[in-house]
Formats: sequence, C-alpha cells, structure tokens
Amino acid sequence: MAKHDELMTRTAIVDWARDIFEDLDFTVVRQWLEDNPGRKAGGYLPVYAPREVLHATGFLPVGIHGGGDRIEIIRGDAFYQSYICHLPRSVIELAQSGRLDMLSAVLFPSTCDVIRNLSGMWKLLYPDTYVRYIDVPQVPDPGASAEFWAGELHHMIDGLAEVSGHRPTDVDLQRSIAVYNEARAVIRELYALRRDRPWDVPTEELYLLLRAGESVAPETFIAHAKQYIAAVAADPKRPRDNSRVVVVGAFCEQPPLGLIKSIERAGCYIVDDDFLLGNRFLTTTVRDDGEPVRALADAFIRNDMASSVLYEINPLGKRNLMKNRVADAKADGIIFATPSFCDPALLDQPMLRDGAEKAGIPCIAFKYAENTGQFQQFREQAGTFADSIKLWGAA
Amino acid sequence: MVLQKEMIANHFELLAKAPETKTPVVYTFVPGNLTELIRSFGALPVLPEINALQSGMRKQSGDYIAEAERGGHSEDVCTYVKCDIGMMRSGNIGPGGTKLPKPDLLLLSYTGCYTFMKWFELLREEYDCPTVMFHVPYQGDGKLEPEHREYMLRQLRETVIPALEKATGNKYDEEKLRHHLQLSAQAEDDLVAVLQAGKQVPSPIDGYFGTVYYVGPIFSAFRGTQEGVDYYKALREEVEERAMLGLGPITPEGPLEGEKYRLVVEGPPNWTHFRDFWKMFADEKAVVVASTYTKVGGTYDFGFRHNPNDPLGTLADYCSGCYTNLNLPSRIDMICNYIKEYKADGFLINSVKSCNSFSAGQLMILREVEKRTGIPGAFIESDLVDPRYFSAANIKNRLESYFQMIDARRAGKGA
Ligand code: SF4
Ligand code: SF4
Repeated sequence: MAKHDELMTRTAIVDWARDIFEDLDFTVVRQWLEDNPGRKAGGYLPVYAPREVLHATGFLPVGIHGGGDRIEIIRGDAFYQSYICHLPRSVIELAQSGRLDMLSAVLFPSTCDVIRNLSGMWKLLYPDTYVRYIDVPQVPDPGASAEFWAGELHHMIDGLAEVSGHRPTDVDLQRSIAVYNEARAVIRELYALRRDRPWDVPTEELYLLLRAGESVAPETFIAHAKQYIAAVAADPKRPRDNSRVVVVGAFCEQPPLGLIKSIERAGCYIVDDDFLLGNRFLTTTVRDDGEPVRALADAFIRNDMASSVLYEINPLGKRNLMKNRVADAKADGIIFATPSFCDPALLDQPMLRDGAEKAGIPCIAFKYAENTGQFQQFREQAGTFADSIKLWGAA
Repeated sequence: MVLQKEMIANHFELLAKAPETKTPVVYTFVPGNLTELIRSFGALPVLPEINALQSGMRKQSGDYIAEAERGGHSEDVCTYVKCDIGMMRSGNIGPGGTKLPKPDLLLLSYTGCYTFMKWFELLREEYDCPTVMFHVPYQGDGKLEPEHREYMLRQLRETVIPALEKATGNKYDEEKLRHHLQLSAQAEDDLVAVLQAGKQVPSPIDGYFGTVYYVGPIFSAFRGTQEGVDYYKALREEVEERAMLGLGPITPEGPLEGEKYRLVVEGPPNWTHFRDFWKMFADEKAVVVASTYTKVGGTYDFGFRHNPNDPLGTLADYCSGCYTNLNLPSRIDMICNYIKEYKADGFLINSVKSCNSFSAGQLMILREVEKRTGIPGAFIESDLVDPRYFSAANIKNRLESYFQMIDARRAGKGA
C-alpha cells in the first residue's frame, strides 16, 4: 500500500475512484480475493446492511448498486415487468453475466418488497451463495426491537462464519466496529466539508469516492478519503453564485453520474443528499467496547436517521424532516429526484414535499432510472429552479 | 350470497353509527389482521384494502385515484393507497354508501407488504390519530424462526395491547380473545373444506373469482364472530351439495357446466373489470381450482388454525403465515403443490402493476413452476383498482391463445 503513504493528488484519487466505479467486472474485488487467499467477498444491496458483520467474519463487504447506464440489459428484463424499477433487473444482469460470481454471500436489506423478493430469487438462482434477508426493526424500542435486531445479527454472524470459516471473537467484532466508525466519521467530515465549501467538493467527486469505497476494504477507503480531504485543502477553488439544494429520494437505485453532474452544471450546489445512504445510515459512533453485537443493535435503535425505508414513529417526523434537513444544510431548495417505480421514495414524497412547501421551501421533482441517458431535461429543470431560487432570494 | 351481503351491510351500518354509539374503530390491513384481538376490546375493524377493492368494483376507484394523483401522489405506486386517499378526500363515503368513521387507532400490522407502512403514515397525516406498529418478520428463510415469534409476542404484549387498551378504554381480556379465536377456528375448518372442494373433478367452486367472495368475511371483519361461523357453515353445506351432485361453480353468467380447463392462479384479481375478467374464463369453461391470492389474509389449507389455547402465540403464527409474508421459494412450492393436488392443467399469473409485494419476482415464479411441473404457464398484466391498466382485448387474446395451447398439448399427449 505504498501508494497511500505518498500524497495523491485530487485528480489521482478521483481517477482511482472512477476506475473502480466504471469497472463492472469488480476487478478490484477479484484482486483483493487473489491477494487474500482463503478470504471471501460478501455483497449487500441498498440501503442499510451491517457491514461490520461481513468484515468481522472475514468477508470483503461489496456494495451492489446495479450497473447504472454502463450495462446493456439483456437477461435482466426477462425477470422483471416494465413497471418495476430498474435496479433489480440490472443487478440480475450483473449476476447472470457472471460479474458477481465472486460473491459467496449476499445480504438483502428490508429496503422494499422488490429487494425482499430478490432475496428469494437469489436463493433459487444461486443456491451455493449464502443469502440472508435482513429484516431491520421498524420501531426504535430499546427492549423488543433491540433484542430482535441483536438476534438477527447473531444469526447473520453464524451464517456468514460458516461460509467464511472464520467465527469472529468479540475482539474481531470490536475491531470491525472501530474501522467502520472511522469510515463513517470520515464520510461525515466529507459531507460537512461539501456543505460548507461545495465549490471545493463537487458531488461528482464525493459520489465517486463513496462508490469506490463500497468495493474496496474499508481501510483502503479511509486512507483515500483522508488523502482527498488533504488534497482539497491544498487546492481551494473559488465559490460561484450557485443555489444550494438538497437532493432527496435517490437512496436506493442510484442516479447516473451524468444526472448528478447535470444538476451541478445547471447552477446547483448539492449540499445534502441521499446517495449511497447506507454509508451514513448510522449517525452516531457505535461503542467499540463491551458486547459488540449489543452495541451494534443499540446503535441502530438509538439512531436518528430518518429515511423512507424505515417506519417513522414520530407523527410530526415527515412534516418536519425536510425543513430540518434544509436548515442543517443551509440549503435554498429541494430536488426530489426519485427512481421511477420506487415505492419508498414515491410514497414518501407527498408527505415530505407538503412539509417542505408549508415551510416555504421551493421544491421540484423528477424521476429517473439508473440507465437514463438524456440529461438535457434535468439540466433545464434544475437550471430554471436554480434561477428561480436566486430570484426569490433577491426579492 | 344474500347472507354475506347482509353481514357486510350490517357491518357498515355499525361503522356509520360508531361515533354515536361510541364504539371504538380500529383500522388495520388484511394480511396480518388481528381481528379477534380488536373485537375482544369491543372495537370494530376497518380494512382499507377492502374499501379500495369495493370502490374498484363499483367503478369509483378511477376518480379516487385521480383525486390522489392531483394531490401529488405518483402514478407509479400502489393504487389501493391512492384509492383510499382519494375516497377520504371525497368525503370518506365507504362501500356501504355511508360515511366511514375516523379511526381511534391505526393498527399497522406490517405483514408482507412494505407499502403498509407508508399507507398508515399517510393516513396518520390525515387523521392525526394514534398509530401502533406491529412488525411481523418476513419468512426470508422459508420458516417462522422461534425468535421471530418471540419478538411478535413481545410486541403484542408490550405495545399493541396497551395501544388498544388506551384507544378503546377497555382492559385486555384473554377469555374474550379465546372465545373469538375459538369461533375463528370453527369457521376456518369450514372454509378449508370449501377451498379443498376445488380438488374434485369437476370442481364445484371457482377457487379464484368465486373464492374472493368466499374469503371476504374471514379476511375482513368477521373472523372470530358468530356471523362468520354461520356463514362458513352455510357455505360449506352449499358447496358440498354441489360437489355431491357433480355440479360446477356458479359464475355471474350462471352455473358453469362442462369444465374444460383446470387452472391455478397466482396474483390478485383486477377489480374494476372483475366480472368481465371472470367471464373470459367462464366463456372458455375454464375453472380456477386454487389460487394464492385467496391466502393473503391467512393460509389455512396447510393446517394452520387459530388456537384458543395459545391466544397471542396463535396470532403471531397466523400473521407470519400470510401468503405475502412467505418467501419466493415457498410461494413456488405452494403453487406447484396446488397444481398437483388440484389436478390442474394450467396456471396463470395475473401480475398487477400496483403491488411489488406480489409482482416483483413473478416472472421467476413462472419459470420455476414451468420447470418443476412441466406445465407452461400464462402471464397477463393488469391492475387492482386502476381502470387505466385493464386492457380487455389484450387479456382476452392472451387467454384464448393459452387455452389453445393447452388443447394442443392435450392433443399431443393423446397422440
Ligand atoms: S429503487 Fe426503490 S423500489 Fe427499486 S429496489 Fe430500490 S427501494 Fe425498491
Ligand atoms: S402493495 Fe400490494 S399488498 Fe401492499 S397494499 Fe398495495 S396491493 Fe396490498
């Protein structure tokens, strides 16, 4: 890892991340497996999967986000009707074309019924792979819910350990928790940096870095992310007169990179978003002393992440969420960018938008698919939105 | 059936009078409904899906959906939700023609469908009433795991029952619950006898179109009630008599004689054109002998019965076993089992645009069932209550060619 010791330039880091992002053969994962004989790779779908558990049982955790606009769907469409979102068909495409054959385990979080049912399909299509549907608790109850989630984590550890041949000790688990605490901390730092100096941290770069981080060992990601932060500090840019927006709804099927770029080029600084949300799902540091499974369970229960994939227990939660996020990000407006046919995002949108509009926050909404190829209309919409925000701001 | 019509009319009347009579009202969902528990608190259940499907049958859903979409709801999501929201915004006149009372409690039994969570979050915004979530873990590994059962029991004891006590002002009474559960089990025995009559050749029932009426009472407000027991007893007698006489099922066009095709169907029906849809089958003398949709509110034909000796445990078992809470391999096993046990010569999937819980993975189900049974399946697409997604000509064409294919297979086998 000599490369990490010398300071990489911002361009070198972004190129490194882009190469990993664009490579649908997951060469970097395959390389890791070659470099670590006897170890395994374990995939997880969006949104929240406890990567610590994969890591501690000896797996390289690998985020599976579909092929975006970089893959032609040949086999995937035969598995899904036209009115189901794009993500599962492109995940199936990746799998059926052998690109995910290095995964010995795949975790399917309870994001929605599409991902849930995909877990059953995986069992049938790839009977040699360890498949687990992860049913996270829906109510933040420190009693029954925490106990349930701890039980699920134990179950997962048992299953994964059987595949990897490595049953983690408490110390292993604590070590993995500490690594992911650090990864989350560095991501929080990146997000804070972008919020404060969005001209210095274009979302395209932040996104690529995070995306690469889901295919490499967390330690490698942390090293690159720290270098990126240092490189940004060494290379400050000049602010532009852009509008500050929060992008909401893109937590599962990811927008094509071109869409993110289009929003930015249309004169919007993205100062908060839902992209790759699993990376930031736990908002607090997980205790890395004491009983580790309980610590992970408690962290999930105490978590204050509000998201479309979890039940909102607070009756005012949906109404206030966007107002609070906009205030925290010092944003001027909201872009609801949701994948077509995405139940969690689209069912939430009327509640979130209503709350935002009642708070006087300008909003626009559009739908995309991960393989959308034309960005002109988004650019125009975002551009008009950015202009109108500036006008209202000036009024 | 006259009896069923009366029961339902009475129920809506009681609901209309609930504010006057101070009867508490609990909204909940069909899969994972805790009707016996609700009733043991002296409350009346309201099931929004049933209201939505009834609106579909009464041709009102199109307007309701339009109303919800005007209010910012996406065209992409479940139309039951939009139909319900549209109905509420249009005065909340239920299928009985009377105004539905507001809920005293939204009992969010999160069983087999993600949309349920959002649906009640949306209703909570409108009604501003208490909501309690009951999380039923999905059978991801194809079985109810003991710790999942324990988790459900704890939720029932620690959150659901206290919420019901608070909303109704009544104390939990286990004896009352046992009484309702006892009635449930009785009705369930009779229902299963009706469902399994589909194994006979010819079948005296239609296990899909006809059976959605038959499961109506037990899936909605009448599980655990004496009316429910009486209804299923009468229904069973009627069906057994038809079976004894070798008669086919009753269809909207009259009795179907000369059963020609025996089908198993997966997926919910379309409600906006329900009769037209059914007629397409009846005209071809195709009888559905078993279906999965009729198991969404409970899977009884593999032995489960509500057990009054284990009142809360049995509720957990019930919820866990509802059809959409089963994983895809279990669903496939069930369909294959039906094809074999009910001597079907075809199977059909009606894939509805609304419902990812049902629809995501159905093409895989099709392939697997074909592979395992050697019987080619048919795949059609429609929606639950959105009239825009029912293309009669397309569906009819599909069905006609499918039946021709079954004929050709038979001829080939005979040759
Ligand atoms: S994009 Fe939305 S609907 Fe599709 S898998 Fe993801 S969360 Fe589910
Ligand atoms: S998504 Fe399906 S199961 Fe869920 S509410 Fe809609 S129709 Fe019912």
